[in-house]
Amino acid sequence: MNRVALASALLALMTSPALAGKVFVSNERGNTITVVDSETWEVITEFPAGNRPRGITASPDGKHLYVCASDDNVVRVFDTATYQELHTLPSGPDPELFVLHPSGNPLYIANEDDNLVTVTDVNTHTILAEVPVGVEPEGMGISPDGKYVVNTSETTNMAHFIDTTSYEIVQNTLVDQRPRFAQYTADGKHLFVSAEIGGTVSVINPDGGAIEHKITFEVPGIAPELLQPVGVRVTSDGKKVFVALGPSNRVALVNGETFEVEKYLLVGQRVWQLAFDAEEKYLYTTNGNSNDISIIDVAAEEVVKSVQVGQQPWGVVVVPD
Amino acid sequence: MFRLALLVLAGLLTLAKPSQAQEVKAVVLRVDYPALLPVSRLDLRPDDLGFAGAQLATEDNQTTGQFMGQTYVTESVVATPETALAEFERLQGEGLRFFAVQARAEELLAISEAAAPDTLIFNTLAPDTALRSAECRGNILHIAPSRQMQSDAVAQFLIWKKWPRWALIHGSHPEDIALAEAYRASAAKFGAKIVDEREFTDTGGARRTDTGHVQVQRQLPVFTQDLKEHDVIIAADETDVFATYLPFHTWRPSPIVGSAGLRPLEWHPALEAWGGTQFQNRFEELTGRYMRPEDYTAWLALRVLGEAVTRTKSADPAEIRAYALSDKFELAAFKGQKLTFRAWNGQMRQPILLADGRIMLSVSPQEGFLHQRSLLDTLGLDQPESACIAFAQ
Repeated sequence: MNRVALASALLALMTSPALAGKVFVSNERGNTITVVDSETWEVITEFPAGNRPRGITASPDGKHLYVCASDDNVVRVFDTATYQELHTLPSGPDPELFVLHPSGNPLYIANEDDNLVTVTDVNTHTILAEVPVGVEPEGMGISPDGKYVVNTSETTNMAHFIDTTSYEIVQNTLVDQRPRFAQYTADGKHLFVSAEIGGTVSVINPDGGAIEHKITFEVPGIAPELLQPVGVRVTSDGKKVFVALGPSNRVALVNGETFEVEKYLLVGQRVWQLAFDAEEKYLYTTNGNSNDISIIDVAAEEVVKSVQVGQQPWGVVVVPD
Repeated sequence: MFRLALLVLAGLLTLAKPSQAQEVKAVVLRVDYPALLPVSRLDLRPDDLGFAGAQLATEDNQTTGQFMGQTYVTESVVATPETALAEFERLQGEGLRFFAVQARAEELLAISEAAAPDTLIFNTLAPDTALRSAECRGNILHIAPSRQMQSDAVAQFLIWKKWPRWALIHGSHPEDIALAEAYRASAAKFGAKIVDEREFTDTGGARRTDTGHVQVQRQLPVFTQDLKEHDVIIAADETDVFATYLPFHTWRPSPIVGSAGLRPLEWHPALEAWGGTQFQNRFEELTGRYMRPEDYTAWLALRVLGEAVTRTKSADPAEIRAYALSDKFELAAFKGQKLTFRAWNGQMRQPILLADGRIMLSVSPQEGFLHQRSLLDTLGLDQPESACIAFAQ
């Protein structure tokens, strides 16, 4: 055990951190955002972010930080340099997770309480559309070309493909129980949808919506019901798929070509969301029950460090300086 | 904005592929038994008890159905113990085949007996362990947990706490005696010791009176005075006669568990974990009140139906039953893990919440207990313990 700790400490020393940047972590219970330096992995500051901050993302230029303040029923927008709140965006009730159009506008927000996806213009601060979807919408993914936004509804157990110009649902795919997250590959050829209670990740062909493969998980000594996939991230070359497995305290590394699990990485407790830095050198995980983030070296496929953040970290985004 | 939403909804409806628009009709049959008012007026029964949960499930099913080309209709029917069977037969005569029945064992078994070969019954109330064993019926799926599941849930928590010395106080009605028996079995199963035991006899009368607390405060200490040394008092009072009075009125300072204090529940309106908040919000918006366990079990019964219809694309009762009992079936139901059925007796596997009046304190099965198949099978009758043969393949 000590040897393992020493080895990872050494590894941490040897690995050179990425370009300077900031890791922003939303703390659901702490009502704050923790800012971590992506070079030194030191906590820079922690600032208030409204009530129950969950979903978090940044504008393509890295200047604006968007935070779903779920209990305030708004999206709060912060300056990533000064941490000052600039304004709020109308989000509809109980915003939990959202996705930004690749162009930086608009923002597609899942309203868990109202079975809606709200489309909000981040420049005019107005709602462009409300799209009725299944029960308890949560996961939001967008195709790389920005033509389709995908919402997953947790009780209806579907991925809804919404045309971003007509705001109409054009396709539905039934997946396993409680889909939490939707993530396209960079080439737009695959869509990953995690089912938290079903314990699977469906690999969907967005063209037609058929499920091409179902990723399942198995860790000796861990009760299968604890293997609950939530956050999913894929390297831009499509080769490595990382899946956060909730209360099993593990992140699965899945081969992006064979869809076989290659490795399970032990991280903090109740890991939900994941984010790469800009160069995809490191992957950050939020561990809600141990109040920390784990940092995974993507090339070495190792956990290299954990950093204490605020109370019950939920979401994470990395912004280059 | 609202108009846009409507337009989009219309677009979405046209998307549904009604190759053959399938209608799924179900009944919630609730039998109301003559009963005294509850000890606490906070526990007064709302008129729509159970029905409201079924309504929410129907709406949830319908939202999915609009994408799948299915429509869901649920009828809510109240009966008395005397009219229950006739109501069931009338509805069955109208062609209805899916019944969520909120009744005690006697009426439930009579209904099961009168059921057509293709009728499927969901038991949303009767906790009798025998219904999951020697008295099981192949046409009943048990949504409600058994008494044994409830007592095992409490027992695991007490063992986890290292509080193995129990004083058992049970009521005098058959249900209370059956519940006491379940606690005795749980003690034996998990290695606790019942150090003392006594019956609180129901002598009748009203349960709440003006200044009633004065006598309660004088009498209960005396009633519990000479209990042998114990860690906790287990109250087995399914009929709501005395348990609610027990906390703080014991001779010595004793935690109360079971029918008061820390209670095993299917649902609690303060549960917020596992997406529960959104579920509670939807229910409260629909009904203007908190969700009761009876609403949750009714919701669960109809969601089992909805989920099976969605996956099999069939509304045939035999197919629904087979699918529900198969390895393929799983249902997310705001309890942090999938709910499934025990194929040997039709009992739904589910975590049991442990709650006091205000919040959820814990959930069983507890950490550290083990089972070769599913940790949930540490609650209630496991396959070798069940004498049920109606489900044998």
